Amino acid sequence: MANGVPAGLLYSKEHEWVKLDGDVATVGITDYAQSSLGDIVYVELPRAGATLTQFGSIGVIESVKAVSDIFTPVGGEVSEVNGGLEADPAAVNRDPYGEGWFYKVKLNDVSQTNELLTPEQYEHLIAGA
Amino acid sequence: MLRTIGVDALDDLVRVPDAIALRAPVEVTPRLSEVEIAERFRGFAERTTAGGYTSFLGAGAYRHYIPPVVGAIAMRGEFLTSYTPYQAEVSQGYLQAIYEWQSYIALLTGLDVANASVYDGATALAEAAIMAVNATGRKAMLISRAVHPNYRAVLRTYAEGLELTVDELPYGADGRTDLRSLDAALADQRYAALVVQSPNVFGAIDALPPGAAARIKATKTVVIGVVAEAMSLAALEAPAAWGAEICAGEAQSFGNAIAYGGPHVGFIAATTEHLRRIPGRLVGRSVDTEGRMAYVLTLQAREQHIRREKATSNICTNQAHCALCATVYLAALGKTGLRTCAALNVARTNELKTKVARLDGFSVRFAAPTFNEAAIRVPGPAAGVLAALERERILGGVALGRWYPELDDCILMTATELTSSADVDRLVRALSEITARAAARV
Amino acid sequence: MPLPAFDTPLIFETGQEGRANRYLPDGPALETLLPREALRDDLPLPDNSELDVVRHFTRLSQKTFGIDTAFYPLGSCTMKYNPRINDAMANLPALRDVHPFAPDHAAQGALAVMWELERALSSLFGMAAFSLNPAAGAHAELAALLIAKAYFKAKGEPQRNVVIVPDTAHGTNPASAAMVGFKVLSLKSDAHGRVDPDEMRKAAGPETAVCMMTNPNTLGLFEPRIHEVSDVVHAAGGLMYYDGANANALMGNTRPGDMGFDLMHLNLHKTFTIPHGGGGAGAGPVGVAHHLIPYLPTPVVRAFDAEGTAVDAGGWRDSTELTFALEFDRPQTIGPMRSFWSNFAHMVRALAYTYANGADGLTTVSQLAVLNANYIRASIRDVVDVPYDEINRHEFVASAQSLKRETGVRALDIAKALLDRGYHAPTVYFPLIVPECMMIEPTETESKETLDQFIAALREIVATAKSDPAQILAAPVNTAVGRIDETRAARQPDLRWRPAP
Repeated sequence: MANGVPAGLLYSKEHEWVKLDGDVATVGITDYAQSSLGDIVYVELPRAGATLTQFGSIGVIESVKAVSDIFTPVGGEVSEVNGGLEADPAAVNRDPYGEGWFYKVKLNDVSQTNELLTPEQYEHLIAGA
Repeated sequence: MLRTIGVDALDDLVRVPDAIALRAPVEVTPRLSEVEIAERFRGFAERTTAGGYTSFLGAGAYRHYIPPVVGAIAMRGEFLTSYTPYQAEVSQGYLQAIYEWQSYIALLTGLDVANASVYDGATALAEAAIMAVNATGRKAMLISRAVHPNYRAVLRTYAEGLELTVDELPYGADGRTDLRSLDAALADQRYAALVVQSPNVFGAIDALPPGAAARIKATKTVVIGVVAEAMSLAALEAPAAWGAEICAGEAQSFGNAIAYGGPHVGFIAATTEHLRRIPGRLVGRSVDTEGRMAYVLTLQAREQHIRREKATSNICTNQAHCALCATVYLAALGKTGLRTCAALNVARTNELKTKVARLDGFSVRFAAPTFNEAAIRVPGPAAGVLAALERERILGGVALGRWYPELDDCILMTATELTSSADVDRLVRALSEITARAAARV
Repeated sequence: MPLPAFDTPLIFETGQEGRANRYLPDGPALETLLPREALRDDLPLPDNSELDVVRHFTRLSQKTFGIDTAFYPLGSCTMKYNPRINDAMANLPALRDVHPFAPDHAAQGALAVMWELERALSSLFGMAAFSLNPAAGAHAELAALLIAKAYFKAKGEPQRNVVIVPDTAHGTNPASAAMVGFKVLSLKSDAHGRVDPDEMRKAAGPETAVCMMTNPNTLGLFEPRIHEVSDVVHAAGGLMYYDGANANALMGNTRPGDMGFDLMHLNLHKTFTIPHGGGGAGAGPVGVAHHLIPYLPTPVVRAFDAEGTAVDAGGWRDSTELTFALEFDRPQTIGPMRSFWSNFAHMVRALAYTYANGADGLTTVSQLAVLNANYIRASIRDVVDVPYDEINRHEFVASAQSLKRETGVRALDIAKALLDRGYHAPTVYFPLIVPECMMIEPTETESKETLDQFIAALREIVATAKSDPAQILAAPVNTAVGRIDETRAARQPDLRWRPAP
């Protein structure tokens, strides 16, 4: 995908992506984020059933040399968590938009996605960085 | 050099604004040549007369035989003068030594992983408490009153900063923690951890009884075991075996001088579940670019230099050199030497208890089996007995009344492999003379 | 020079039955002494002969780099020579073996050592008193913040819960603040790398508890308006805390107390040449201004003259005619920070060092530390970036940013190339505000020849980076091992040996 960002997703200023399927959102971090962090060694995710507030700090990504908070781009109840990341955090580096997904949220208010960025807006953000 | 820098005088480099320039000469020591320094410190040593007494002092700092091989190795300049092994390629030696320390502590405690050391046993407990709080989200601790009072005091110092509540469980008639109210205390699941120490401050073996740990864990409360006398780990049931998930302790007994209380060396060991919450440094094994086995500091993302205000702890410098002394000691003593040492400690303390208990007015205060110290009840206030013993050039022990007003007629007496039978007999003779003199006055 | 590259098996892998050393006489079997259920089932530790133990650790020492090995310009760590007289004094049997619970009358010499050092430090740094209780710098930071918290609570100002730190601060500063429940406000340094009093005026307010700073700062630059910054923080009702990591720059010249600091710590393992020992034990005395004395950790060493009058004020004086006592009963103390009274053996070392120098000697120590750092800066500024190219103090920062752009060689690679040439690397990637940062602190104990050799090595590395960058990127090749797979170490943690099942 070159330095382009995938279409069909929404983005946050904190370099997360959101894939909407009705009122369920899948969340992960972007290619730009995984590249900046370096080799991911651990991801601390919320538990299934937890209630998240949009843009709240809900987890942590650890790489060898850095740590980054995960600010959830969407709020609601966590319906599923990617358990595979415990054993294979490298999936986030390898396939950030696929295998490296973090968690799914049942949105409490779909209109909150208006706060997110379009692919073009996100591309503009990282170009300026 | 000044020319290269581009200034005329040294003063140009160190100039400070007048407002903060030194107004008067500082009052520090005179400047002495090395031989004069040696003379001066000989004076300090001569004014420190404790070494001229037969000592039964323990209570968190223990006299053990340190073979000269420990100092010979630990004082090698490379070990002594290196820094934290951040440049792993030139620090493989020290990194391996710390990996061996971590392994020894894990093996002795029976737990999965141990860190590279913390300041001492008391701060290890404080750090373990923080781990439990992070694991459970609960901000209260339940701690046995038989845990060393200095450790409990340090926990309270830290608790003030972290806004933790600290509640206490009493000790029972036998000198062990009284667990009768435990289930009720844990019922509303408000405690992050239950903390017991074994051997406890009275020297009593105070491991949780079978089944207790499982009941505690069912309430999602973390079991923290404290070990102030690491030598006991060579003999007694490992903390993991009686249910500790985190073990915080003091390893001064392994190869480190008492040195008026420091530097000593704390350790923290835990189950794998708590790995990411462990504070301080961790040494791990990996490979280099050629596939050779190599050691490196790892999981550093938890630490202060990366996490900053989100770090689980602020610890930076630890006690690496003291941990090295401990590692060399453990390597030199080995399994056989450690078991022998532990056995001599128990034997000598049992001998002291038996002989002292035969004296009129003296008794062993608690019935629980002990490791290398015991609370001895004396006739009258402990301070008087200790003062009389001092006149006989004996430091009889620590007066427990300084921490437990209800035990002001008790002295904690400690005997190690360095305590001879003759020492015990001298103590007993002196005690019997004290009673005789007191009786004569009546 | 390169370090040896032989493998050393783990001490657990070389042990064998029958190899035990005989340090102690035989004892009875544990089973005869204690109930069976109290004993452990087995002790899975090796027995190694003393010769094997000595060889094992000797070989490990040969794969370890210390100040004794070669130049160690690790910025912020003050890797100065550790004089051996200090260890000899710490090893005097009476001082080495005295028990903390020995009665005060039997420990007068030990107490005298602690008191003399505490008085000397108080005068040297302009504080009313120090506590020698904390075990390290970060430990002292925690103590200081706990003191501040208690102070404001007693004053009826519990809403003060913000700690202001410059963005150049060491990681322990915000980490310590978090351990006391304080929030951290990071202040952006100005274009000259300093704290601007006007920025501080905007940041400090009724919620400010403490401002944590160091001077010179972590860039090695002196803060000339520090007194104004202190005034601003005091006017807002806050306290000033001095991170003593850089104290080697200012002894005998200026004092944190005179700059307006109310609290400070020292790293005795930096400024006062306590050996670093691979990462500790350190010692971190915490110093306070007069109004904070009641909150000091316990115990405090009290001194009394021949008439029994307490000696509280003044700098160092000869302790021969004084008597000493440990004081535990202090109603407003924050409590003890650790089990016992101090890292006492290090107090002996630090006092011996103070005696070796006196006021003049310590003044010279700081002057030469500053001279040496400036000399290196002036000698390499044409080959690496020096973002703040002005007179610095005991350390300075260089950057490999331009070199990285031109050649791909970064600060990390320069560090590894220095290892190949027999030097320890400087501190890299700290402070965070300078990209590709290298913090160089030579200290005063290095000769001009050593500095010149280091400068030549650095210049050669930069030249090689331009002509043959691959060579630098492959470094180190002369050391026991090459660059290590840190990702693997973190993803597959192997943190201890396990016996075969």
